[in-house]
Amino acid sequence: MAKRPTTVSGHSENGQGAPVPLASTPESQANATSTPGGRRKCFHCGTPCRGASFTSGTEFFCCQGCLTVFELLTANGLTQFYEFADSAGVRVTASGGQERFRYLDESRVRERLVDFSNPCLTKITFRIPSIHCIACVWLLENLFRFKPGIGRSQVNFPRKELALSFENKQVRLSEIVALLASLGYEPELKLSDLESAPVNPAARRLWLQLGVAGFAFGNIMLFSISSYLGLDSFSGPVLKKIFGYLSLSLILPVLCYSAADYWRAAWVSLRQRMLTIEVPIAAGLAALFAQSTYEVLSGRGEGYFDTLAGLLFFLLCGRLFQQKTYDRLTFDRDYKSFFPLSITRMDGEGEQQVSLSQLALGDHLLIRNGQLIPADARLVRGPALIDYSFVTGESEPLERNTGDHLYAGGRQIGTVIEVETVKPVSQSYLTSLWNQDAFRKERNDTLNTLTNIYSRRFTRIVIAVAAGAALFWCFHDPHRAVKSFASVLIVACPCALALAAPFALGTAQRALARRNVFLKNPGVIETLARANAIVFDKTGTLTAAGADAVAFHGQPLTESEENWLWSLTRQSTHPCAARISETIARQYSPVPVRSFLETTGCGIEATVAGHEIWMGSAAWLASRLAPPTRSATSVASGSTVHVAIDGEYRGCFVLANALRPETDTLLAGLSADFELAMLSGDNEKECERFRRLFGDSAALHFHQSPLDKLGFIRQLQAAGKTIMMVGDGLNDAGALKQSDVGVAVVENIHAFSPASDVIIAAAMVPRLHNVLWFSKVSVRIVRLSFLISSLYNVVGISIAARGLLSPVVCAVLMPLSSITVVAFACGLTGWLGSRAGLDAASTASANTPSCLDQNKANPDHGVLTAKEVCA
Amino acid sequence: MIIIFLLIPLSIVVAAGFLWAFIWAVRTGQYEDTCTPSLRMLMDETAAKRPVNNISPNHRPSNEQ
Repeated sequence: MAKRPTTVSGHSENGQGAPVPLASTPESQANATSTPGGRRKCFHCGTPCRGASFTSGTEFFCCQGCLTVFELLTANGLTQFYEFADSAGVRVTASGGQERFRYLDESRVRERLVDFSNPCLTKITFRIPSIHCIACVWLLENLFRFKPGIGRSQVNFPRKELALSFENKQVRLSEIVALLASLGYEPELKLSDLESAPVNPAARRLWLQLGVAGFAFGNIMLFSISSYLGLDSFSGPVLKKIFGYLSLSLILPVLCYSAADYWRAAWVSLRQRMLTIEVPIAAGLAALFAQSTYEVLSGRGEGYFDTLAGLLFFLLCGRLFQQKTYDRLTFDRDYKSFFPLSITRMDGEGEQQVSLSQLALGDHLLIRNGQLIPADARLVRGPALIDYSFVTGESEPLERNTGDHLYAGGRQIGTVIEVETVKPVSQSYLTSLWNQDAFRKERNDTLNTLTNIYSRRFTRIVIAVAAGAALFWCFHDPHRAVKSFASVLIVACPCALALAAPFALGTAQRALARRNVFLKNPGVIETLARANAIVFDKTGTLTAAGADAVAFHGQPLTESEENWLWSLTRQSTHPCAARISETIARQYSPVPVRSFLETTGCGIEATVAGHEIWMGSAAWLASRLAPPTRSATSVASGSTVHVAIDGEYRGCFVLANALRPETDTLLAGLSADFELAMLSGDNEKECERFRRLFGDSAALHFHQSPLDKLGFIRQLQAAGKTIMMVGDGLNDAGALKQSDVGVAVVENIHAFSPASDVIIAAAMVPRLHNVLWFSKVSVRIVRLSFLISSLYNVVGISIAARGLLSPVVCAVLMPLSSITVVAFACGLTGWLGSRAGLDAASTASANTPSCLDQNKANPDHGVLTAKEVCA
Repeated sequence: MIIIFLLIPLSIVVAAGFLWAFIWAVRTGQYEDTCTPSLRMLMDETAAKRPVNNISPNHRPSNEQ
């Protein structure tokens, strides 16, 4: 398989383009294979072909993977695949053959994956995210033609699942998964995901309950129509009595089976002395049933059985509809798969940054100081010092030697280690570490509390109003009493109140994640909206590294010394170290580094090839008896990293820092609405420059140690500010954790800092103002939803209390209200998310002409994203 | 009018039949996926026969360990 750059295709394997038209005319097919610019499109997946082309007959392919699939399909007589849609294929990004999936044949792994297995037959359900059109369905359901032994396969399109059976004697599980992967349909094999039963029994029961309620409703309506139309005159009171008893017997299964969930919930909430929404509904049902039964048994009337059955029927309809709506809006899974962690992999040619989803078993990974171990692994080159505090909360690091087993989630402290993965990566497990208790902040989520208070009082008020109305009508018009009592209890609905916040904020979180702003949880948005002070870290946050801007001042270094410095700096994930190691020539082979130590805010030290090397800030080196011989202020502006070898000062690296593009507009915009401050570990030489940017009122502090930063945040908080701290998450982790919202800025999302609440891609920093605005608007939408829902309740309850609403109408209104509020909250948030100017490339163009030019100068950008989306 | 005493039980029996059919449909998983069958209908059956060992979700043991 040819080596390709992985960056472009990173997202495309998960990208599900719009459904492709079902039928294709020959003309459209001809158009599809070549773009107007003369570049050809891949016949299989539609990606424009670049560089060396792969051809088979008259068709062109973008890569060897697509060509292989085409040949595989041709060989098995499945070319019909291409008749369903143009370029319907999925680009094959995974490399490696069956070897990669060998672990699936282990009985322990296998047992957890399969649905059913006996000695000859196995049934299994895969989740395949790349299923996106009718051609996929057709191909996957014709899987049996590829290999003997594969039985019936069936696709569930909305769930993107494939249910498959196969004969154990003829084909192995790993072979099937390898076949799927080679076709571009690699299943998601997360053991934790598959633990939950694929069929949701609750949904099935809801259908049955609905069926029973509908059956009873229809039949009771038939019986009661006679009394509505006055048919008693034909047969006297006999039929009336029979119909009454028949209705009573039909309503019993409805109450016992269809309404069972309401009874149970009401009972539980009464036992816990909590009033939930189910209590008034159950009370209303009981009141209607008692009154009707009394009327029928005593022969005074025919009761309200039709109302009762209709009520439950519509309540359950609403519930089913609600569930379908919410399923569609579920964001949890998407959010987790969005999170693009990456890691350094070693292969034959060298180091390579790959995303976690591309890791295979047996890959060799480099774990640097402070990085997380992504999967259970064996230590190949050590020794390692592993901090498991994210997993266990125990902060004492453990020493491990070569050959030892390391668990996922540990963090390496010290020198770079090499590990070999022994278990598949579980990204959701890693993301869950982010939400560990140890990093949870004490927050007063006002929306959350508001929801709680509201719904607790709500039920009491509703019951009081219902009882009051019933009492009133008892004296004036006894016939209306039960009806108004039940109507009030049923029309009242706090669901909308309880659902508005999680759904609106969840949508906002997803909208941000799509633009590389990752929030720890939806509650962060609320804190973001309240923030009134912003503290910036300088290096790596406001300033970015230019690739060629590292220069060494001092005694020239020999080649071997440079090699030592390179070997040392590549151990660290600090942005300065990363830039220095990038700049120094890379044809060197690493020299063993011993007793590596990184002192946060000071520097790094180690023994390299027998020489003691210190690199770090001037003050730190001065304190270690290696005083800088030259004043740092005399060199050009930028961060400086001073170097001492064997206790002798050698000079310093100057890393010229360019401001990130659009920083001036960002700061100018923010200073109008927020109190700004900047903390920097560097010296004051750039003070003037930043004073101009930040304005006169901002606090600018230099020479800040991590502790100083933390102290500054505490001081501001004591003054009653809600603080957003923006930093790189390395030497300001304490300050990030202390602040109300910690924002970690990352260049390549691989350094994972659990202390932060938000991880933002560096390109999105200029959009920070829009992010803040968007979170404010989202919170406002939640409040608006509260208002709408309260209005609905006030109007509904007051009409119902007057006995003007039939309980059946109430049963329709209630779920309708919660669906409208949720749809309003999600829809508006999603719409604003797309209009909030959050997109890194194109948005600000409306405001400043300079960005417009930038856009023109970079026309390829749009093409690239479009490509990613449709591939 | 006496016929109504025959018609009412009959209508209930018929209605119960439909209820039973509905329950059967739900329990055999026909309400699990209402989208894919409509796509499947558009595909031409080719010469190769589909295997018959059925994999209806209903026959899947609920909790396999």
